[in-house]
Amino acid sequence: MAEVSEATIRELEDRARLLRRHILKMTHQVQSGHPGGSMSACDIVTALYFHVLRVDPANSVWPDRDRFVISKGHACPVLYAALAERGFFPVEELMTFRRIDSRLQGHPEYGTTPGVENAAGAEGQGLSFSVGLALAARLDRKAWRTYCLLGDGEQDVGQTWEAALAASKYHLDNLTAIIDRNGIQQEGRTEEILPLEPLADKWKAFGWNVLTINGHDLRQILTGVDEAHAHKGQPTVIIAKTTKGKGVSFMENVVRYHGAATTDEELKRALAELGEVVP
Amino acid sequence: MTSPIPWKMESQRSYFAKALIELGEQNPDVVVVGADTTESIKTMDFGKKFPDRLFNVGISEQSMVSLAAGLAAAGKVAFASTYAVFGAAHTYNVIRQSVAYTKLPVKLFCSHAGLTVGPDGATHQLNEDIGLMRGLPNMAVLVPADGPQTAKATHAAAAWPGPVYCRFSRANFPTVTSMDDPFEIGRSYVMRDGSDVTLAGCGIMVSRCLQAAQDLDHAGVSARVVNVATLKPLDAATIGKAARETGGIVTAEEHSVVHGLGSAIAGAVVQERPVPMEFVGVRDVFGESGDGFELLEKYGLTAAKVVEAARRVMKRRGK
Repeated sequence: MAEVSEATIRELEDRARLLRRHILKMTHQVQSGHPGGSMSACDIVTALYFHVLRVDPANSVWPDRDRFVISKGHACPVLYAALAERGFFPVEELMTFRRIDSRLQGHPEYGTTPGVENAAGAEGQGLSFSVGLALAARLDRKAWRTYCLLGDGEQDVGQTWEAALAASKYHLDNLTAIIDRNGIQQEGRTEEILPLEPLADKWKAFGWNVLTINGHDLRQILTGVDEAHAHKGQPTVIIAKTTKGKGVSFMENVVRYHGAATTDEELKRALAELGEVVP
Repeated sequence: MTSPIPWKMESQRSYFAKALIELGEQNPDVVVVGADTTESIKTMDFGKKFPDRLFNVGISEQSMVSLAAGLAAAGKVAFASTYAVFGAAHTYNVIRQSVAYTKLPVKLFCSHAGLTVGPDGATHQLNEDIGLMRGLPNMAVLVPADGPQTAKATHAAAAWPGPVYCRFSRANFPTVTSMDDPFEIGRSYVMRDGSDVTLAGCGIMVSRCLQAAQDLDHAGVSARVVNVATLKPLDAATIGKAARETGGIVTAEEHSVVHGLGSAIAGAVVQERPVPMEFVGVRDVFGESGDGFELLEKYGLTAAKVVEAARRVMKRRGK
């Protein structure tokens, strides 16, 4: 990938702030959903959808597109926001999130929402699904790549490690996993509920190329993805250190915002912090 | 009881393996995922012929299912195959989310279902998979009666646009159909006509229904035998016609009576024309170790039990 200019980075940062505002509004209008883990993954998803992925919003099922698999399905607000801003469906539709008759289900549905590549909600299935995609691309000698976004809570799930073994067995260097390492799951800190560290060592031991980055630094995200592309013979996992609720001071690192929407007052403050100009 | 029908006994797995290779030759997009049982299920035969299209993921059945779904999402006709207890029970929510909800064309072919697994015992004798799979939206459920029908089910599943679950057995089964017989997903087949009572079976119990019909015939009772090879979508027309024309139904399955063939048929029959029914099957208990065919005797899955049930049905409706 060519050198990324400062201007591009600034543009991506603006885009990420816009997606964060969407996440807050989507979860606020229905008073449900998972803002915390959507905001922690927001810079990763922004970097992918606005700089990395070869996708075609006009033809969401273009066979040679890159695949983005969201394994942590509860973070779908960030995916929907990115897809809408990327032109897969109207931005106005975001405000139907989680409401009856909407294409934007509470957890992703496959085949309904343009651009959504998998069904998720029950944790831990996305990486195996991604392994299947990556194997198919290799069988067909296609250049498209598969990216899988995992939560750190999902590191509790046995199936994640089943998939890790399989990807390693098949040397899937066309597969990049990205772990949104925000350190918080539904009921508390990951290191208290089911300790994961040393997480990088675990993935190394499973045969993966492991990169650790700041998951809110867009340049580091893009560099990490580049390094993953360049690495041959092994799948790469990028452990992206993130902050749950990133971008809004009072939401950052607060367990409650895993699965709680903002109040009217909180939304106003949050949007102001994220640079929304109120007329 | 009349003399036993001299069935030819054949392996469903062998027919499955042969059909897979035929499919592999016809279509380069056919792939198979296995889980450390590829030799015993004979998917390894496919792998020998097409080494880059068989993926053995070890004892990772959950991963096997999602991985097959990923392959299917990229345009492959993905078979996933292992023993029923691992492939259908251990993996239930994975099948539900990765396969049934997505409607992806994953073909879950599970062997070693039911009591006929035999000596491995209750942990391996899955008598609940028909109910589990029938309960999933978008899932077609097949229970072939024998080897030839297993081959046909394999071909039909590959051509079916959505998810399919197919259960078969470790034991050699009596061959009751031929490769020349028709097979379509969603159809039941009348194997023997009759007017006094209907015996509706699936899997190995089709052969036992045929034996029972012969025994009943000897006693002057005309029994119709229906091979219900597709549990879902159920052939309500054939079942309804049998109910109307014979006035009573016995179902027979190597599966729990709680939520299998009997429940499916009862559900269809009561909506159209309720008739007396009796259910031959595993009576809400776990199995145990033993020779598979001895277990069928012990748990009441016999032609004699089908005959007794037929007589109860006829008595209840005053014949």
